[in-house]
Amino acid sequence: MSSENYLRDISEIKHLMNKSSKFISLSGLSGILAGIYALIGAGFAYWLVAQSESGYLILDGKVFRLILLDLILVGFFSIGTAIYLTTKKAKKNNQKIWDSLTKRLLTSFIVPLLAGGIYIVIILNQQRYGQTGALMLLFYGLALLSASKYTLGDVKYLGYTQIIIGLICAIFPVYGFWFWVLGFGIMHIVYGTVMYFKYDKK
Amino acid sequence: MKNIILHINKAFDHRIRLGIMSILMVNEYADFNTLKELLGATDGNLASHTKSLEKVDFIKVEKQFIGRKPNTKYYATELGKQEFKKHIEALEKLIKNK
Repeated sequence: MSSENYLRDISEIKHLMNKSSKFISLSGLSGILAGIYALIGAGFAYWLVAQSESGYLILDGKVFRLILLDLILVGFFSIGTAIYLTTKKAKKNNQKIWDSLTKRLLTSFIVPLLAGGIYIVIILNQQRYGQTGALMLLFYGLALLSASKYTLGDVKYLGYTQIIIGLICAIFPVYGFWFWVLGFGIMHIVYGTVMYFKYDKK
Repeated sequence: MKNIILHINKAFDHRIRLGIMSILMVNEYADFNTLKELLGATDGNLASHTKSLEKVDFIKVEKQFIGRKPNTKYYATELGKQEFKKHIEALEKLIKNK
């Protein structure tokens, strides 16, 4: 065999290793949109609290329930957009969306996220509110990090960033709202933009 | 030069076999259908290549049933991983020398 054949072998090996172990259809655009939803949601929450009589967040009133609804909507739209755009991109690339790889990716993402979500609900029920923002950032970061084994490179860095912001937020719980805006809003937009120019726009 | 040729492993000297090993290097395991799809091989073709890799203990096979459907999982063995690494290194050297 000539060295050209070997060269072709090696490039095929690389291709197979990536294709079989990395999910490459994540869309950068969905990151940007998730960030924008988070910012809108945060803006709405800020407005709600400013409008309320006390001017700060009390946890048993109507305002609190509205903010919870606001959070759920942000999550719902972010996930919906991600699923829609990713399916579209996978179709374009002729990739299967629901194979053992995606299942592994989703499990490693959802398990830490769900654990964190339940934990947050538990401590909210114990009237300990201070660390909520930090915990959301931390568990989300850990979920990203654990899912990043099955994606191309960059998700890992978003995970690290969220963990770091979460830890800093834990030190300054008073500014929890702003760290939340920074982590879920701005960092998603930055990350999505980088991804978009690196992978989508070719 | 002779030294390099020595490390080119005959067991890998086919695109399907090379492909099977590449996939098993980065995944904990892969099942028959996944391999088939990724490699674009036919049933018989893939079966004979997995068998030849199994014979030299480079991969491990685990057969089970999901309901009534047979489900075969393939794992790379430690030996297989080492040999594969050696093979790739030899290939790289060979290309660089030219």
